[in-house]
Amino acid sequence: MAHLTAPKIVSSRAQFDDSHTMSRYLATGGFSALRQALTMHPEDVAAEVDAASLLGRGGAGFPAGRKWSMLRKAPVTYLVVNGDESEPATFKDHYLVEREPHQLVEGVTIAAYALQVSQAFIYLRGEFALGLERVQQALNDAYEHGALGANIFGSQFSLDIVVHPGAGAYICGEETSLIEALEGKRGFPRIKPPYFPAAIGLYGQPTVVNNVETMSNMPWIVTHSGAAFAALGEGRSTGTRLFALSGRVKNPGVFELEMVKNTFRDLIYDPSLGGGIVGDKKIKAFIPGGVSAPWFGPDDLDTPLGQDEVANKASMLGSGSIVVLDEDSCVVRAAWRITKFFSRESCGQCTPCREGSGWLERIMYRLEHGGGRREDLDLLLDLCDNIAPGLTWPPQQTTICVLGPSIPSSIHSAITMFRDDFIAHVDHNGCPHD
Amino acid sequence: MSYLRADIRQRADELVALYPERRSAMLPLLHLVQEQDGYLSEEGMAEVAELTGTTPAEVRGTATFYDMYHLEPVGKYVVGVCTNIACLLAGGEEMLEHARATLGCAVGGTSDDGLFTLEETECLADCNIAPCVQVNHRYVRTTTPAAFDALVNDLRAGKREDEIPPHGTLIRVRRSGGLRASRAQIATERDAAQSAREARAGGAK
Repeated sequence: MAHLTAPKIVSSRAQFDDSHTMSRYLATGGFSALRQALTMHPEDVAAEVDAASLLGRGGAGFPAGRKWSMLRKAPVTYLVVNGDESEPATFKDHYLVEREPHQLVEGVTIAAYALQVSQAFIYLRGEFALGLERVQQALNDAYEHGALGANIFGSQFSLDIVVHPGAGAYICGEETSLIEALEGKRGFPRIKPPYFPAAIGLYGQPTVVNNVETMSNMPWIVTHSGAAFAALGEGRSTGTRLFALSGRVKNPGVFELEMVKNTFRDLIYDPSLGGGIVGDKKIKAFIPGGVSAPWFGPDDLDTPLGQDEVANKASMLGSGSIVVLDEDSCVVRAAWRITKFFSRESCGQCTPCREGSGWLERIMYRLEHGGGRREDLDLLLDLCDNIAPGLTWPPQQTTICVLGPSIPSSIHSAITMFRDDFIAHVDHNGCPHD
Repeated sequence: MSYLRADIRQRADELVALYPERRSAMLPLLHLVQEQDGYLSEEGMAEVAELTGTTPAEVRGTATFYDMYHLEPVGKYVVGVCTNIACLLAGGEEMLEHARATLGCAVGGTSDDGLFTLEETECLADCNIAPCVQVNHRYVRTTTPAAFDALVNDLRAGKREDEIPPHGTLIRVRRSGGLRASRAQIATERDAAQSAREARAGGAK
């Protein structure tokens, strides 16, 4: 049974068609958390976030409080919000920027106050035209309301927020690449170390980069306390999280669920959530956390929706997006399309990723469209092993960023789980589903 | 003499003033060039170079990294059809083929009347309404061939321009607030700081 009693922390206004307006936001408690935060010492606000044990909601799942504490030793800082949401099948930040833009602005302002930052940037992928307009409107509303700008609500704290449009590049979700794009350059990920922009970030200055959903949790954490947030979920996975469900389910969408208390089966099959598989078919496989994640099969359905719970089964909850394949879905085509995506989006700096992704895509293409060979399976795995040696999870890295080691996941999973499907493609000289 | 129209140039100057370093305005400025010209014209990129303190080659080198910028003229409506995993499972490839036949142009090409350019896109983050179609980066949510055809007929008839402005127009909401009163003062402070940094870096640009 799905566990649906937890409060809605970031999607509480979902029932309102005008949830993106200032009037609705103010009528539903908007900016009261910011007023409260401004009466507290900035370090006490940061302590609440630390107590919440909020894991970053972007994909890597790094504790937000620790990102902040690494930074707070240094004086000059920028806060950058990552709204580049481009991991295929991830669409929860899309919901937040279009439907809850004021909540995002308030969350960013609270975080900036805790960090004592006077300049923040909200980077949104350029394809979010409506989201860009709504966030700009929310910023305008906040300035006019005194919730942003000089001496916010009469306090000594001042903040400027700039919304910055991206221009179409998956890699800019990688935080050092995002910073390059924000500096007006090609979005090449930076060489590590330094591992975190907290040391050297925007313009070489200490910078915190947090995801849109991470920021959107701030108002609730201030209002209800970090302890109340940490009381939700289990273990390291505290609070609630937005899960984006898509693929062969009857009711795809974004669902806010308490961490760990629900399983993939609950999310996919509960009538109030995914509602089961289209046509009541059988589930063949599902991707648990964005296309960078290794796949799960029907035997994994009872895995709880928690960071460690998924990691313990050698995959990741990642960006919180779940894609369902049914018994009629072609896994070779699915893995080929995911590989084509990585090949298109590789920034080209590192050879294993740039060359490897293209080679893998072409081999997958011939398996799916005709011309594949039996030995291609070993060739694919050998190439994958060159990009992420050992094909372990989490992967070994041969590249500057984690795009490279994400490429093998779908191919490795598909061959391991569905080898017969590949053989059928070879024997049929193309896709038997066509 | 500015190549950019006076109103666009004013917005460009406002954008540059928002950032601690001028070059940071690169991506939004390139969007503005596309708003005026529909694509990145040589003259527009040259003015972005001037505005950002870079060279036209650096501007072009940056622009070519990003999918949303077009270095050649495109249709008034750029139609993007997603075929990534969630859309693939919902008939994205079939929708792309239908769009190709309906619009009468190859994927990556522009229709003879110059109205439509068709693109196969990567995930557009609207996977619960699949297959996902965007026109000029507005979600149109036409998941069936019939709905797609109705949309195309509307666009051919000049309808829905409020909802879907011509290609290049990205953000129609103007920024109306800001931290500091005088933008001129911000720009002066910033340029002084940048000069100081460059001087410290040994004078080498």
